[in-house]
Amino acid sequence: MPVQRLATAPQPVPLGRETLPARRGQWARALTHLASLVPLALLIWDGAQGQLTVNPIQEITQRTGKTALALLVLSLACTPANRVLGLRVALLLRRPLGLYAFLYASLHLLTFFVLDYGLDVELIWGAVAEKRYVLAGLGAFVLLVPLALTSTRGWMRRLGRRWKPLHRLVYLAASLAVLHYVWLVKADIREPLLYGAAVAVLLGLRLPPVRRALASLRLALSAS
Amino acid sequence: MSGWRDVDPAEITPEHVYRNRRAFMRGIGALAVGAGGAALSACGPMPGDGTGEMSPVWPAAEGDVPQETPNTLEQITTYNNYYEFSTDKEAPARLARGFKTEPWTVTVGGMVSKPATFAMEELLQRFPQEERTYRLRCVEGWSMVIPWLGFPLRQLLEQVEPTSQAKFVRFEAVKRPEEMPGQKSPFYAWPYVEGLRLDEAMNDLALLVTGLYGKPLPAQNGAPLRLALPWKYGFKSIKGIVKIDLVDKQPTSLWMAAAPNEYGFYANVNPDVPHPRWSQSTERRIGEVRRRRTLPFNGYAQQVADLYKGLDLRQNY
Repeated sequence: MPVQRLATAPQPVPLGRETLPARRGQWARALTHLASLVPLALLIWDGAQGQLTVNPIQEITQRTGKTALALLVLSLACTPANRVLGLRVALLLRRPLGLYAFLYASLHLLTFFVLDYGLDVELIWGAVAEKRYVLAGLGAFVLLVPLALTSTRGWMRRLGRRWKPLHRLVYLAASLAVLHYVWLVKADIREPLLYGAAVAVLLGLRLPPVRRALASLRLALSAS
Repeated sequence: MSGWRDVDPAEITPEHVYRNRRAFMRGIGALAVGAGGAALSACGPMPGDGTGEMSPVWPAAEGDVPQETPNTLEQITTYNNYYEFSTDKEAPARLARGFKTEPWTVTVGGMVSKPATFAMEELLQRFPQEERTYRLRCVEGWSMVIPWLGFPLRQLLEQVEPTSQAKFVRFEAVKRPEEMPGQKSPFYAWPYVEGLRLDEAMNDLALLVTGLYGKPLPAQNGAPLRLALPWKYGFKSIKGIVKIDLVDKQPTSLWMAAAPNEYGFYANVNPDVPHPRWSQSTERRIGEVRRRRTLPFNGYAQQVADLYKGLDLRQNY
């Protein structure tokens, strides 16, 4: 494989340990795992302390949802972080961040179906069919399922060239997740818009013209 | 405030509420820990959510007294939608701590024969305070049972004598951005405004609230004066009232202005009119795990349904 290709189109396969200072990569990964588990630990801790407001189901729903979205945005930031800032270590964090986003999204969905609606099919159907924000959220989750399932090295090998286009579904999933958030707040949409702006920037950085411009800028900067 | 001396809290405040606060907190803890495993959905009411003791819900008709378990003082005073302070429900309890409710006056005017400005003390002296346990249904799909203390709005309106032109009542809340940080939000047109048709305002259920659990109203619950309109979604029950005007045109409330397609003038609790975000066919009573079916007019149809005869409630939501 020609070496130059790496600069413009990084391969989905995570960089081998030998291409990075091994220690740095390991530390970054360990930190990512730790940081991603903090919100869950806090949720359990606050639950045990009775600190989840007097409406704990709603609190659990909101916390897991926000964490899922934040992690999804971070996972989208990894590729541009490498490409724009030259942070190659970020590529090692993309998969764990994506998988933790999926974990929190699953907890979010479980809270909705099991804790909130008690698996009452009739009620859930009423809620899903009637509310556009539920449809957007559900859509985002459904898109994440095949991505989580095919995130292993084995599936990367098996899917080969098709792996990457498949995993571009995350762009749509993140956009739907933002829409889900925008549609469910009352009037003050500052926070959802913040996430929306982040997703827009991170997707914008992936547009070929933007990528080319940034690549030449980097080249010019490193030459000077 | 002198008016408060008349009320002996021990007579009205169910003591078990205070004694059981600890048990209640453990109950919530158990619920949250249960979130790790999902064996929860089968649970009924949480342990320690009060003592399961019931109180009659006002109005108490002979032989048929609806019973409900009131929410604890803890629940009622730590989970508040009071956007003047914050959109976070736990924040008002903290942010309203220094809020000044004395002195406080309420100006009642507009199309009335005897406009007047009342000091809070005067209202408390002039109108006998009664305890009324009401259900409260928030448009967000949660509900509580609250033992309010107050007096019928009708009594105040009769005092100022509305003229024949008066068709609506417009309520305006306090605006003090320096004390109420939420009022710095550009997303809402402060001050908070609400409105009622005059006949709705004269209904016996419409209560001007001055207290809770036999004690003066905490600031986060809308002290010193708020409405309780139990057949309407909670946001109609305006807090921190400073001005009441009798008018001939339907007032535009803050929420009607902010999102006209979601919030109408009437905002009667109605399980048949869906909302884009929250389930209106069911609700979660704070302290319970399973959802309950929401009742038309929040269970007060007998008292208020007549007000809306001939009105299409799907159009007039």
